[in-house]
Amino acid sequence: MDILELFRYGFIQNAFLAALLMSVSCGIAGTYIVSRRMVFISGGITHASFGGVGIGYFFGFAPLAGAAVFAVITALITENLTRRKVIRNDSIIAIMWSLGMALGIIFIYLTPGYAPNLMSFLFGSIITVSRTDLWLMLILSLGITAVFMLLYRPILYVSFDEQFARTRGIPVMRLNYLLIILVALTIVMSIRTAGIILVLSVLTIPQNTANLFTHRFGQIMLISVLLGFLASIIGLMVSYFLDIPSGATIIFCLVVIYLIARFMKVVTFGRLKSRNEHGSKEDHRAGLGTERASQGSGSSTGHQ
Amino acid sequence: MEEPLVHIENLFAAYNQLSVLRKVNLDIYEHDFIGIIGPNGGGKTTLLKVILGLVRPKKGKIIYHFDRSQIGYLPQGSQVDDRFPISVREVVESGLETGLKMGGRLTGNSHSKVREVIGKVGLDALKNRSIGELSGGEMQRTMLARAIVSSPRMLILDEPDTYVDNRFEMELYGLLRELNRTMTILLVSHDIGIISPYIKSIACVNGDLHYHTSNEINAEQLKVYNCPIEIITHGPVPHRVMKQHND
Repeated sequence: MDILELFRYGFIQNAFLAALLMSVSCGIAGTYIVSRRMVFISGGITHASFGGVGIGYFFGFAPLAGAAVFAVITALITENLTRRKVIRNDSIIAIMWSLGMALGIIFIYLTPGYAPNLMSFLFGSIITVSRTDLWLMLILSLGITAVFMLLYRPILYVSFDEQFARTRGIPVMRLNYLLIILVALTIVMSIRTAGIILVLSVLTIPQNTANLFTHRFGQIMLISVLLGFLASIIGLMVSYFLDIPSGATIIFCLVVIYLIARFMKVVTFGRLKSRNEHGSKEDHRAGLGTERASQGSGSSTGHQ
Repeated sequence: MEEPLVHIENLFAAYNQLSVLRKVNLDIYEHDFIGIIGPNGGGKTTLLKVILGLVRPKKGKIIYHFDRSQIGYLPQGSQVDDRFPISVREVVESGLETGLKMGGRLTGNSHSKVREVIGKVGLDALKNRSIGELSGGEMQRTMLARAIVSSPRMLILDEPDTYVDNRFEMELYGLLRELNRTMTILLVSHDIGIISPYIKSIACVNGDLHYHTSNEINAEQLKVYNCPIEIITHGPVPHRVMKQHND
């Protein structure tokens, strides 16, 4: 069958649009997550949202709505407790992560009968995305794009050095809360396409691939969106023709693209050159440290 | 009498239950160049953070007779992630940001100010480099450029000579002396020997604050003030600190 012929099908059109919208929101939110080293927090939010899916099944409302509530609450609790240093950041993430999963399992177990689409929440199913899902994804993508375009500079500065940003009068706390909520919503909207277990990769692999070639926040965002979309479309096609799960295939494509990019970088720039540069930088730092040590020691004696 | 830029009165600061600053009184005047010394954990950085508004005092008063956004700040070296995807130029530009501006773009004047400051700290050739590609000293120059790019009225520097090589250390303090003509400077250092030719007065923080004004601060004068110097070694760099104050 011709690839273009596939686009006659409504579910393929929906999947194509879902891939595009997921790539935009995940490309942007993922760059923020990776740059700020918040991947583990995102993992916690993702898995905690399973609690909302379980409660949704049990009480008979949309599991995705439950996931959204759980994800946002988890994000706010994690941000708040981390900021106030009430508990270690990794500990609170682990607690929220396992609590969400535990609640999800309990409520799904208690739900009478069969839990429809449960596997699609866990592993994603881009070809079952509905029109309603697409509208929600469109609103989120537009929202997150607008926030990052309008507040690009403050977001960049807060992400780089929160304390300095505070001295410049940037409302760091409010910005952090806004961004963690956007991250939580991005995660929830990507659950339909990539699944709870796999969504983290859509938020991190394109960014790490982009980071092989650029060290600019804005460029990483842009390249991540393109790579995410490319991998989603290839993954979608491959999964259709081989009749294998779409979410897992998309992730597999992301990893393959990452490995190809890594190989290209090694071939282009040379592994040896990179090693030498790194080595000389470390030597340089070590050298300065030694210089300061001897200098400090020497001048101290002079003033005794 | 001249009004101080910052008036600190009976100030106490603590982290949780741990008291860090006790009954600190300090007036900072226009064109002051104060060196702040003291042992590790003595409260030097906390004092700076209180002045910057980053740490809320537990008790006491702090009054500013100028706009607090006119403070430039160079934090301690280890604070930022050097793998963060940002260029030298972008870091310096962040020193011009104030408040939350939607879609804010730099004006032509700001661009030329950024270029000028990058040149002043000798980073012209590196301005488009990612900070991950910088040495420790180059990173510290970048942070200094960020602190001074807004031409602040007060400049607060927390150990600015960390990682910096000998040559730039001299340039750095020469630059600070020049900046002191238009800026009030507060400088935390472990090494009084290095900063003494440049500073105009010295504050020793060891929980309490002891303030000595002198045009020429040297070991002899410090003996007069009963501030014995002790050399301590922890890690690769021996530090010179004030052991304790008898006054």
